[in-house]
Amino acid sequence: MAFQNETLKKQYWRDNLRIIGWLLAVWAFVSFGCGIIFAEALNAIHIGGYPLGFWFAQQGAIVTFVVLIFVYAKLMDRLDRKYGVQETEDAK
Amino acid sequence: MDQQTLIYIVVGATFALYLGIAVYCKAGSTREFYVASKGVHPVANGMATAADWMSAASFISMAGLIAFLGYGGSVFLMGWTGGFVLLAMLLAPYLRKFGKFTVPEFLGDRYYSNTARIIGVICLILASLTYVIGQMTGTGVAFSRFLEVSYEMGLSIGMLIVFFYAVMGGMKGITYTQIAQYCVMILAYTIPAIFISLQMTGWALPQIGLGATMTEHGTYVLDRLDQVLSELGFAEYVAVNEHNRINMFFYTLSLMIGTAGLPHVIIRFFTVPTVKAARSSAGWALVFIAILYTTAPAVGAMARLNLMETFGTTEATEMVYEERPQWVKNWEQTGLIEFTDKDNDGSITYSSNEEENEVTELNRDIIVLANPEIAMLPDWVIAIVAAGGLAAALSTAAGLLLAISSAVSHDLLKGVFKPDISEKNELLAGRISMAGSIAVAGYLGFNPPGFAAGTVALAFGIAAASLFPALMFGIFYKKMNKEGAIAGMLAGLTVNLLYVFQHKGIMFVESTSYLGSLDPNWFFGISPNAFGAVGAIVNLIVALAVCKVTPEPPENIQHIVDDVRVPVGASLASGGH
Repeated sequence: MAFQNETLKKQYWRDNLRIIGWLLAVWAFVSFGCGIIFAEALNAIHIGGYPLGFWFAQQGAIVTFVVLIFVYAKLMDRLDRKYGVQETEDAK
Repeated sequence: MDQQTLIYIVVGATFALYLGIAVYCKAGSTREFYVASKGVHPVANGMATAADWMSAASFISMAGLIAFLGYGGSVFLMGWTGGFVLLAMLLAPYLRKFGKFTVPEFLGDRYYSNTARIIGVICLILASLTYVIGQMTGTGVAFSRFLEVSYEMGLSIGMLIVFFYAVMGGMKGITYTQIAQYCVMILAYTIPAIFISLQMTGWALPQIGLGATMTEHGTYVLDRLDQVLSELGFAEYVAVNEHNRINMFFYTLSLMIGTAGLPHVIIRFFTVPTVKAARSSAGWALVFIAILYTTAPAVGAMARLNLMETFGTTEATEMVYEERPQWVKNWEQTGLIEFTDKDNDGSITYSSNEEENEVTELNRDIIVLANPEIAMLPDWVIAIVAAGGLAAALSTAAGLLLAISSAVSHDLLKGVFKPDISEKNELLAGRISMAGSIAVAGYLGFNPPGFAAGTVALAFGIAAASLFPALMFGIFYKKMNKEGAIAGMLAGLTVNLLYVFQHKGIMFVESTSYLGSLDPNWFFGISPNAFGAVGAIVNLIVALAVCKVTPEPPENIQHIVDDVRVPVGASLASGGH
């Protein structure tokens, strides 16, 4: 195990879970929230010709998903470095 | 040069490319055959995953589905992309760290049980086989429509091509052909979309065009569409159907969980070199998928509008049958569009009223297939669309077949029945089971079971209700033991199959559907296609309950979980093979 002690190992995992939790909250908000539950209310607002709820369901949610994964990759990369568990180039 | 020759040349060139890659990427070891030596660049794997994921249905049918469902079609758009977020954060990096070759292998090792592994194999084969039928029929249909050969002939050619590169190259060959297939597919999809958007709105990007005004009369595309639809008595395009909300919620969730749990997608992430690469690769995969998935709604809406403008939106502008455009004549021959001039006035009325409607057949696939002709694009675009449809079907079929054959040769043969098999013989077994899988899939393509239409939904249901929860518990809940995981998988699978069968018939034989497929009998109004999420919840509850009353997993298993959670560190992950 790459960690110095049990506490660091627990902390690393807790930080990971917190990142996942926040990002999945956004994931659920844009798709199930804006795209489905609040879609009708949001449709009162328009961006160009798009009613907002419809835009979220057919464009916005998908674009947000892409951003979320890259944010996750970036944050985890930083977390790995902080705890010194990042992969070295030859550790394949 | 006539159009048919052009199609032959373009499709022939892409096939030559796939075969060339096959020769270049021959697999020499099981490591190459199963996971392409774990040496695929994350961006390249993202592209291959996109091709693996986007099937004939995504390419040919999805835009048409959205065109006729409007807002309701969002279920597929969000469901089939949102699953990648789950995959990227909850499964891919950890399963990559585990570092083995197949999904059932993880289940077997993590739950220290060959039973768990075998159940995993059964779920994998059920999900992948039902899925591959659609790809096989898609290949046959695409061939017969574009190349004017018979369905059977088309299917055979498709099988032969896949046979060549999948049996020879395994995952290595499949990966590099999928990258080529993605390029063909995305060009074929976006070129007509850009043209149709330019013609209608003056915007080259279809994603912007859909929200823009029409060059012709300055109204917004979506407003115009709603207006025309309501004049003809159809439901408005962007309107939210309130009664449907719970079903829509569960349907989307089921597709998301199912997407994340489909083995042929998961194993793609075993091919990248590091955990870090697995995370970013999921992002790249979704970028490449999103290019098509955000274009599809624009294609759907614009092609639907074009279609209705062709048929005429008022009595005065109705299409006179004798003066119908050439593309209508072309597609009439295929039977995808049919007209019946009920009142014999020589013009065609398109209406939501069954009695008056004279467009008696309007296949949804026409939205993508006839798109280049409707937009009056040159012949070479039509040729590329033909090649794109075939690329979509072949790339997904190959990915599914690899998942099936590695489960047979690696999990069943090496894992359970003959653990002492040599490397060389396992590679041979891998090739033989690949050939066998192609034969079975081909047989199902020649004799598509009556339930073919309902099967893709079944695949998602199985992946969502059985595989996804078991994999997640394996990583996120250290105390989950084999009893809990096995009971959960079986419960999820059973509940899902029972619900689908009771509404759609046992093995989809309609007369045996003892509750009928009527909405009032649906559990909380949830349709059978949307039931995977409920199955997943049942799996979760059963697994936790059984786990509480049975012994904890052994110490060394809990260490495996610890190892899987961190990118580096001693683990059984490295080496071993």
